Amino acid sequence: MGNSALTGFPQTREFRPMTGAAKTSALSDTLFSTIVRLSGLLILLIVGGLIAVLCRGGVAAFHAFGAHFLVSRIWNPVTDVYGAAAPVFGTLVTTFLAVVMAVPLAFGVAFWLAEMAPAAIAGSVATAVQLLAAVPSIIYGMWGFFVIVPLMASHVEPFATHTFGHLPLIGTLFSGAPYGTGLLTGAIILAIMITPFMCAVMRDVFVSMPAVLRESAYGLGATRWEVMRQVTLPWSRQAVIGGVVLGMGRAMGETMAVTFVIGNSNRINWSLFAPGNTIASLIALEFPESPAGSLKLAALLALGFILMTISFLTLAGSRMLLRRKPATSH
Amino acid sequence: MTSTPPIALSDAPPRGWQTTGLLAARRRLRDRLATGLSWAATALVLVILASILLSLLLKGLPGLTPGALFRSSAPPGAHGGLANAIVGSLEQTGLALLIGTPLGLLGGIFLAEYGQESRFSTLVRFVSDMLLSAPSILIGLFVYLVIVAPQGHFSGFAGAIALAILAMPIIVRTTEDMLRLVPVSMREAGMALGAPRWRVIVFLCLRAARGGVLTGILLALARVAGETAPLLFTSLGNMTWSLNLNAPMASLPVAIYQYAGSAYDDWVQLAWTAALLITAGVLLINILVRFGFRRGT
Repeated sequence: MGNSALTGFPQTREFRPMTGAAKTSALSDTLFSTIVRLSGLLILLIVGGLIAVLCRGGVAAFHAFGAHFLVSRIWNPVTDVYGAAAPVFGTLVTTFLAVVMAVPLAFGVAFWLAEMAPAAIAGSVATAVQLLAAVPSIIYGMWGFFVIVPLMASHVEPFATHTFGHLPLIGTLFSGAPYGTGLLTGAIILAIMITPFMCAVMRDVFVSMPAVLRESAYGLGATRWEVMRQVTLPWSRQAVIGGVVLGMGRAMGETMAVTFVIGNSNRINWSLFAPGNTIASLIALEFPESPAGSLKLAALLALGFILMTISFLTLAGSRMLLRRKPATSH
Repeated sequence: MTSTPPIALSDAPPRGWQTTGLLAARRRLRDRLATGLSWAATALVLVILASILLSLLLKGLPGLTPGALFRSSAPPGAHGGLANAIVGSLEQTGLALLIGTPLGLLGGIFLAEYGQESRFSTLVRFVSDMLLSAPSILIGLFVYLVIVAPQGHFSGFAGAIALAILAMPIIVRTTEDMLRLVPVSMREAGMALGAPRWRVIVFLCLRAARGGVLTGILLALARVAGETAPLLFTSLGNMTWSLNLNAPMASLPVAIYQYAGSAYDDWVQLAWTAALLITAGVLLINILVRFGFRRGT
């Protein structure tokens, strides 16, 4: 609509005879639009290439181990037998726990920023939360390793074991030696990392709700929490879910932060304190010891393929939910 | 004590916030609870940020000596420094931006000016947004398989390519968003003067949107400067001074990874210093961009 002026432009040219200059400019326009289109194509080629290359790389492992690769718990470089179950389990558990912890946290901050932040500090706090998103993941890894891990080992884990460890059923979750590293610590670091992303999405959508909805709810005598719970949240449900899924996608593929604190063990263990591994951390750790052409490298590429599949599906889902509004006019 | 007349009942104020009674108390309690938890969540996030920054300052600053900045890596105990990692990081992120910026700008121009709502451009936008949040380790693996494995050796050049792939979607997105904010009258004015469409886009629209476009480029720089995972598979890291892009190359994030996990105190100290350097740089860019941008609009 806004562009009709642009697309209409070449027609006016027809009325004049094409001079040399007009021909050059028509040529340069064609050239430019071709280059621009090619750059769009390049993005498709990169992602297409990524998918194709990882597929091809992983096929070797699937050939060697068959579908059993997906369910086998064994990861043994000595006997050259590899299975994906343990890292997949670790990825799913840490991601799930991270989302469970991050959603209330992100929602709380977004609620605060949108509804109750004093005007004087709202901007600074919002910037601070976004800075948290800018901190490189390796810094989270270091901070987690030197600050959170000792805290977990000396206080949190012994306390949790003491309090919940003897309970039936859930006691297993809190059993085991308090190393400090492990699935729970990895999930905590991930939760901190994805909170700013979720929070930004939630705040934007809370703020963008038409004021008249909020005001009429207040006018009926609703409390702040009732307005959030019964008006704002239902109105923004789709985008909030999209934000949560986006954070989930980030948590799945996070590498460096997790590598520092997960404990790196290829076992499936039901204790939250037990060391584990995620797909990404296993790839980062084992890659340097995987010579080109080895079965181990093929197994790592197959893991990369699995990670790509689940994270691209998640991201595609979140993009659907957060679909950018169709191009607003210029 | 006697029952109130029916007429007064209907005139009574609605049971709610202002009134006493169990329901009102319960509603008030719930509201207070939600408010309190929301304040607590905000406080917790701020405490976490403060804890990260404080531990970086406390442990990183003592190691920030000229020796750490101007010496290259050395074995533990031999007073090594970060010079090769700093130079390697600058070289790789610089080259990554050099490659990623023009491609990102062109992609953004395509989506904003040429794509309209065609199927192709919708697909490009969708895929570019997915690439924006794709796990960076996958991009590292991809570049390893496409460049490093056929070449047979790790190289700083491969690292820069991986970082460029990460930077590109960020620049695409901000460029598109910013170009869409340029008023159509400006395009019409350029067209009316007889300028070809590409000149209107490059010399009018892009120039009008340059503040926002620059923001995108700087944010891309901040993002790729701290990336570690893709570099592990591409430029690998290097313990000696090297400017050669065709050989393995050190970088600050990879140096942090190598030093932080070691058992030597002086290496761990170097890791903290490197972490301080990279975080200070990344956060400074972010803060500058936020304030500069706010003033610009």
